Amino acid sequence: MPESHSRQIPKSNYWANPLVWSLAALLLLAYGLPYSQPLFAALFPDLLRPVYLQEPMATLMWQHMGLVLLSSSLAVIIATLAGLATISETGRAFKPLMETLAAMGQTFPPVAILAVAVPAVGFGELPALMALSIFGVLPVLQGTLAGLASVPSPVMDSARAMGMRPRQILVEVQMPLAFPFWLAGVRTSVVVNIGTAAIASTVGAKTLGLPIIVGLSGFNTAYVLQGAMMVGLLAIAADLAFDRLAFVLQANGALAVKDQA
Amino acid sequence: MPTSLVQRCNPVLALYVALAIGAACGLPFLRVSPNRLLSGEPVYLWDVLLQHGSPLVYVLMLDIAVLLCIAVWQPKGRTTQAWVVLAMAAGLSGVWLLASHFATSATQAENPFSRTALGAGFWALCAMAWMIALDAIDRLQLTTLRRLLVQIALLLPLLLSLNEGQHLSIAKEYANQSDIFVPAILRHLQIVWSAVVPALVIGLLLAWRMTQTQSLRQALFPVLNVIQTIPSIALFGLLMAPLAWMAVQLPALGHAGISGVGIAPAVIALFMYALLPIVRSALAGLEQVPAEAVHAARAMGMSSRQLLRQVELPLALPVLLIGLRTAVVQTTGLAAISALVGAGGLGQIMFDGLFSAANELVILGVIPIVLLAMLADTFFKVLSSLINARPQ
Amino acid sequence: MIRFEHTRKLYDGAAAITDLNLDIQQGELLVLLGPSGSGKSTVLKMVNRMVSHDGGHIFFNGQDINSFNVQDLRRRMGYAIQSVGLFPHRTVAQNIATVPKLLGWDAHRVQARVSELLKLLALDPEPYASRYPHQLSGGQQQRVGVARAMAADPDVLLMDEPFGALDPVTRAALQLSLKKIHRATSKTILFVTHDIDEALLLATRIVLLNQGRIAQVGTPLELLQQPANDFVADFLGRADLGLKQLSLRSIAPHIQAIQGTEPIYAIAYTATLREAISQMATLHVSSLSVTDAAGTVIGQVRAADLLENQHA
Repeated sequence: MPESHSRQIPKSNYWANPLVWSLAALLLLAYGLPYSQPLFAALFPDLLRPVYLQEPMATLMWQHMGLVLLSSSLAVIIATLAGLATISETGRAFKPLMETLAAMGQTFPPVAILAVAVPAVGFGELPALMALSIFGVLPVLQGTLAGLASVPSPVMDSARAMGMRPRQILVEVQMPLAFPFWLAGVRTSVVVNIGTAAIASTVGAKTLGLPIIVGLSGFNTAYVLQGAMMVGLLAIAADLAFDRLAFVLQANGALAVKDQA
Repeated sequence: MPTSLVQRCNPVLALYVALAIGAACGLPFLRVSPNRLLSGEPVYLWDVLLQHGSPLVYVLMLDIAVLLCIAVWQPKGRTTQAWVVLAMAAGLSGVWLLASHFATSATQAENPFSRTALGAGFWALCAMAWMIALDAIDRLQLTTLRRLLVQIALLLPLLLSLNEGQHLSIAKEYANQSDIFVPAILRHLQIVWSAVVPALVIGLLLAWRMTQTQSLRQALFPVLNVIQTIPSIALFGLLMAPLAWMAVQLPALGHAGISGVGIAPAVIALFMYALLPIVRSALAGLEQVPAEAVHAARAMGMSSRQLLRQVELPLALPVLLIGLRTAVVQTTGLAAISALVGAGGLGQIMFDGLFSAANELVILGVIPIVLLAMLADTFFKVLSSLINARPQ
Repeated sequence: MIRFEHTRKLYDGAAAITDLNLDIQQGELLVLLGPSGSGKSTVLKMVNRMVSHDGGHIFFNGQDINSFNVQDLRRRMGYAIQSVGLFPHRTVAQNIATVPKLLGWDAHRVQARVSELLKLLALDPEPYASRYPHQLSGGQQQRVGVARAMAADPDVLLMDEPFGALDPVTRAALQLSLKKIHRATSKTILFVTHDIDEALLLATRIVLLNQGRIAQVGTPLELLQQPANDFVADFLGRADLGLKQLSLRSIAPHIQAIQGTEPIYAIAYTATLREAISQMATLHVSSLSVTDAAGTVIGQVRAADLLENQHA
């Protein structure tokens, strides 16, 4: 039964777009925090210092994003190469191992790797970077493997029978068809990393988790709230950005988009 | 077409062996320090062997080495793989015993305060032994239950020889904290239970309503998705302020233990996180119940509730179990973070270790959390396979 | 064009194909027929080395297929399978253009060829060339699959039960299309099926396989009239052998001059015996008049004559 996929990109309806709202809220909170003294003083009358001013929130935000970007880039490169390697003759032997590792990403709490990184390399940014990169590999690996598995075998058979070389099949058939799953994996990896990067403040990384940790130890609920809102907004904005990206890519080609709901 | 070299031998095992050798030579097996405050001097595997190696140990090591070489070149034989599993069981307890004897002799020597900590090399060797054993078990191709039994049997020699390690710093740390361990585990389980059970009940109800009202589904799923996106630490933090405010307004809540800190924000947040996987899988499960079965049941005169209980739920159960498994495993991991807001549990031990730079404590906190998560995962996998195997 | 010499194939030590000797001529539509497990798909796949043979030789245009570079060999053969396997992320035109592009044809030539093939397979290039596979019905997808297999004008077309997954109406339409294409292009076609009627309709020659060995090779009529053994007779439908022959033979040799009253109902001179007898049974008559292309009555056929062997 013929179906027709027709989803049109809504015409420049910026004000209805949740991505725009969350980005706006994020930047407003980051740069406007010092000016919000009266608001938080009214909400938290018992607190002496209702607004987190120890470091500029905007700086923490950029540092947080930098950490996530760096670790996610590393993770994506490693995971994608590892996943694609399972196609080759030699790599196929390693496929069960890769699948086990990818599945582990759903049982293993990311905070465990962060905690274990400290005895290994000490405190600061380095254990955070290591833990985020290592853990970030798992969802992308899962996505790559799932994507490769999703290529229907009749399609692979046709491609081989037509005389396409293995590298041509990889580039022209497998990668485009695996892409939606891969992108979903990258999305999960980045969003989870944003959360773990916040927790990394407990091991000495200067990220958006810092106001939360400082607030918790100092019984300052306002600090906690401000840090939590930043982290939450950042995660939501990142997720929406990926959603938008997938949407745009689908509208431009025949790529079926994997449903998240 | 002749099979290539790679297809005939076992490159994965070769990789593990190479990593194990690298870890043994390059990473410190143990770290010795004269007291708790100073950081440890690295001690490598060969140092330990030279001090404590008896001819028996050397012979055993040689046997294992030969066995592994054979297993790399000829992975087809089931006997070979069985021997590898045995060898790894012996290897796991072997490295533990080596470390233990070293620690015992170090303590009994001049300095009773000296600390012998397990180094990265020890953990790497254990990890490699475990992976080699898993690879061998895979090649034995056992049924799910037998495979599980073998995995447990693998750890038996290690568990039996645990006592020998009483002079290792990790054991000393445990001895210091032993009275808080069991309460921490129970607390952790309490948090998970208090979040998952309500999520299950309410999630099922919501999913059932969603099969009847499309608008509910369209309204609720985006909300659940947004909640899932928010990092756990942020959600805990966001709940603290309103809960604290509520506790102030209604002192009765405060008396019941519900306030801005502690178990309340943790359980509420974890409940919200658990909803999505449960609702999503319950919905998927209910939707794949064949319409003919529902039709026949209605024709027999079943009420909606009877229909739900006798027809829809049993048929939706396999899919629901998958979502429940995700929810429980996820909650177990997230509950570790809730220690930051004062909920206690195993996460508390882990963070205490982090904040006081006590590495052993961190490990003592992390291992039970990971084990609990893996245990929950395995439990549900076994449950699923039992239910799927039963003729319906 | 393709020759099998003592070809063998083993799966897990058991012989799937045993001592196969077959010579496939250029221009014929050879149908590999047999029950499931007879090895017919395996034989097909050995030709383009999707499956490797374990013993004996297979020659393509006189050269051992193992001496070719495998991708070059495959680019000279079209391959169409039951599940089609169109690339979901490419349009119909891009799918068909795959092998020509691999061979380095220029864009103009490719486009011309795509239009030509779409028209040949009764798909209007205008809307269809830029559609995606998921927008097509099963029958349309298979037409594109056949077009794709023919795109680079290969020496031989390999088809593995291509119409098996379609509904009877679409299947019949595609079978007729293939027959027409074969008559028009005289391409060598190797066609695998387990459907006897499809084989009888399409084949110039049938190879009936049983558990990896050839039970009989011959034209459809030869198999029906002189089955070599019990297996052949049973597979072709022992009780229906006679009826099946009817659709392969024409009424032409049985046309006689009209004696007496002209029969009320008429039938074209190109009809098969099956069509004539079926008409007679429907209309409850025992004779029909025969018309030529212009519609003029040229004679009659009688039921008794149709069932008897023709004399002289």
